Amino acid sequence: MSKPINNRAWFFVLPVLGFVMFSAIIPMMTVVNYSVQDTMGSNQFFWNGDQWFRDLLNPTTEIGARFAGALGRNLTFSLVALLIEVPLGIGMALCLPRQGWTVGFVLVLIALPMLIPWNVVGTIWQIFARADIGLFGATLVGMGIPYNVTQDPTSAWVTIVVIDAWHWTPLVILLSYAGLRAIPDAYYQAARIDSASRWAIFTNVELPKLHKVLVIAVLLRFMQTFMIYTEPFVVTGGGPGSSTTFLAIDLVKIALGQVDLGNAAAMSLVYNLITLTICWIFYTIMTQMDKRGAE
Amino acid sequence: MHASRLSRVFLIVYLIVLMLPIYWLINMSLKTNTDIVSGLGFYPKHPTFAKYLFILTDPTWQHGFGVSLTFVAINTLISVTVALPAAYAFNRYAFVGDKHLFFWLLSNQMAPAAVYAMPFFNLYYALGLFDTVWAVALAHCVFNVPLAVWILEGFVGGVPREIDETAAIDGYSFPHFFIKIFLPLIANGIGVTAFFCFMFSWVEQLLAMTLTSSHALPIPAVMTQAYALEGMDWSLLAAAGVLTMIPGAIVIWFVRNHIAKGFALGRV
Amino acid sequence: MARVELDHIAHSYAPKAAEPAYALHPLDVVWEEGSACALLGPSGCGKTTLLNIISGLIAPSRGRLLFNGQDVTRLPTEKRNIAQVFQFPVIYDTMTVAGNLAFPLRNRGMEKRAIEVRVAEIAELLDLTRDLNKPARNLTADAKQKISLGRGLVRSDVAAVLFDEPLTVIDPALKWELRSKLKEVHRALNVLMIYVTHDQVEALTFADQVMVMRDGEVLQRATPAELFETPEHTFVGYFIGSPGMNFLEADVAGHQAKVAGTVFELGRSYTVPAGSTKVQIGFRPDYARTAPSGDIPVKVRRIEDLGRRRLARLALGPHEIYATVPHDVTIDGEDAALTIPPNRLFVYVDGRRIIGEDRR
Repeated sequence: MSKPINNRAWFFVLPVLGFVMFSAIIPMMTVVNYSVQDTMGSNQFFWNGDQWFRDLLNPTTEIGARFAGALGRNLTFSLVALLIEVPLGIGMALCLPRQGWTVGFVLVLIALPMLIPWNVVGTIWQIFARADIGLFGATLVGMGIPYNVTQDPTSAWVTIVVIDAWHWTPLVILLSYAGLRAIPDAYYQAARIDSASRWAIFTNVELPKLHKVLVIAVLLRFMQTFMIYTEPFVVTGGGPGSSTTFLAIDLVKIALGQVDLGNAAAMSLVYNLITLTICWIFYTIMTQMDKRGAE
Repeated sequence: MHASRLSRVFLIVYLIVLMLPIYWLINMSLKTNTDIVSGLGFYPKHPTFAKYLFILTDPTWQHGFGVSLTFVAINTLISVTVALPAAYAFNRYAFVGDKHLFFWLLSNQMAPAAVYAMPFFNLYYALGLFDTVWAVALAHCVFNVPLAVWILEGFVGGVPREIDETAAIDGYSFPHFFIKIFLPLIANGIGVTAFFCFMFSWVEQLLAMTLTSSHALPIPAVMTQAYALEGMDWSLLAAAGVLTMIPGAIVIWFVRNHIAKGFALGRV
Repeated sequence: MARVELDHIAHSYAPKAAEPAYALHPLDVVWEEGSACALLGPSGCGKTTLLNIISGLIAPSRGRLLFNGQDVTRLPTEKRNIAQVFQFPVIYDTMTVAGNLAFPLRNRGMEKRAIEVRVAEIAELLDLTRDLNKPARNLTADAKQKISLGRGLVRSDVAAVLFDEPLTVIDPALKWELRSKLKEVHRALNVLMIYVTHDQVEALTFADQVMVMRDGEVLQRATPAELFETPEHTFVGYFIGSPGMNFLEADVAGHQAKVAGTVFELGRSYTVPAGSTKVQIGFRPDYARTAPSGDIPVKVRRIEDLGRRRLARLALGPHEIYATVPHDVTIDGEDAALTIPPNRLFVYVDGRRIIGEDRR
């Protein structure tokens, strides 16, 4: 079924465009402006051309090395987080009750971590991960695992990944659950009649029907993990060393800590472009897959 | 059935793991600071509600909650209202540049808030909106409006096109049709969208803190201030943390049935 | 293939209530192998509940369900060897048509070659051969319905095929075609088919036996012709036929019925049981002739020309009656008369038909 072509539809989109442009384009212009200038002290800018960008993309410079390192950590982190959260989220969504009084109750419990402001999440885990007074840290140490957030990079990584999974798997669960509930009962009945195994029902009925919801979940989770800031900032401070210094952390260090606006702006533009590219590729692949199926 | 018992076990284990940090937060909020730091304690030995009482009676904290709730409410209202016609347009019509526009909207989700904080500050300062709830509410539109369009588009797609056509044949004007017939049909979607907008605006702190200084301090800022002034008061922060969960829990309680009814988000 | 037997089946969604409100009243039915049966009734009449009991989606609160004499009441769906076609097409989106048809066989671990042969056979029967390698999701609704039927039929051991209003989403132009396909498949495979619908035309053309249901109760179980000729219940009379049967409240005594002061001659002699609250006579518009003169004087309200026949809307006192106007009859003015063959006039007491004694 093709949609009617109607360019007056633009009028419907105008309010959205207005609001988003206002808060996106103007600040974006400012960032672009910074990225090609240098500053000596307060409010004295001069043209710096593409120098910031050249430094940034050259791993032999100090800033370039920092950027490349952080980018690598970010990509790894996003990959690890998605690999944990998406399967876990789908799995838990399958385990959720479908009817009865428990449904509302369980949904509220599951959504709770998402509804906690970022800095509170940090506060919780700052204590919770401590080996002396936090349950998580104490349990790991009690099991004989050499766990130390501030000294050991592996511990720091594990903690950040666990926090992110704890905090955001619920988003994947809620979206997947809603997607599962939208599947009419007849599909399950038909699969039962066809003697399909639980696994066959999952791969042939549930997963295809979840396709669209999962695209949203994956895109959202990718963007959020790729921009991860608060958890490492509060819990590990980017350390030990630079082991959990992700792009956003480094950006803030450069922009606010060193007041190096030019570098920070160039960095954020490149960073933005990378996120955009990855999302675009993913989005295109998924759209194409859908289109090919619909032909 | 065997499988369902197994899945119940998984669910319970997951819920316990999920609730442990939250339990720890509540636990901390009921303890005194000396209790917290003195060692691992699974429950408060001398439970006290002092910190809650303090927060609930202190004007700064009260104001903080008021500010946060206000900008979240404004933002949710704006996001849903402007996203509705756009979602309708994206779902029902093809128009020049629609696909690019849709992706561009989404791409605003990807702007790292850390970097945009400064330009945002400049922008809202120049407009005279700095340190008002409006600055935060508008700034949060950057990520919430596109998200709202995205979610609503799926729900719009769930309403058969025939309904639009029937309404047109019956002589309804478009605005009348849209408000009287169409909106009730996607009430579910509006609820779910409002929940997500509420959530993302409520938990965001970087922009909220950058765009306010004294008159419109949101909760995260009040918390930061609290430990900047008086040193690390863990139990106070924990109590504040517990309180920040409540509005969200109430909101999700209202939309739980919409989620349980299920939705298959459209587009893509 | 099998015969399906309902042995005192009843269902209530709240069986523990003091007075269980039956969604389905106790019922004894035997469907023979190879027959085509329809469950007909308005929504909420219990036909879907009954279908779900047969398919295993709900366990009846009372009674036994037998397939070939074997008790399957508590067996899960997958052990029952039934097939079902739903209101809207249920197909596996990610598979081709062939994949869909092969799916039930693969799940049962059948050998690959044998599957191919069987799939080809069924595809041939359903005219799906050309589409076998297409993705199933791109086909039209009627082709998808054929696929879901096909998934049931590929299994040679299928005991019964259940249809749950299968033509709901089918384009009107294709409804007739798909329905004839179903009949054709039925003749070819000689399998028991149970067809649930609220559409009398679908039920009457598809089935050789129709069960008319209302409020969880079976009102009549008969062939389409019997339902038309001798409805056992006023509801059956109303529901079947277009327009439905005429029912007039009457004083019935012996072989006469008095309606609004007019006497109707009955074919038999009736005794109305004491304590009855509502006594009616009923006759089909199709058997009532309108003419300028005849037995029962009536007023003509309107005459509708339906092409193949003419239908008169008549008034008898406060009652409204539909009757046929034969082709050779012209009626002018308001006054006319009605003639009804006595053997086409039935007497209903509290909704049920009562049988009179033969007139000597």
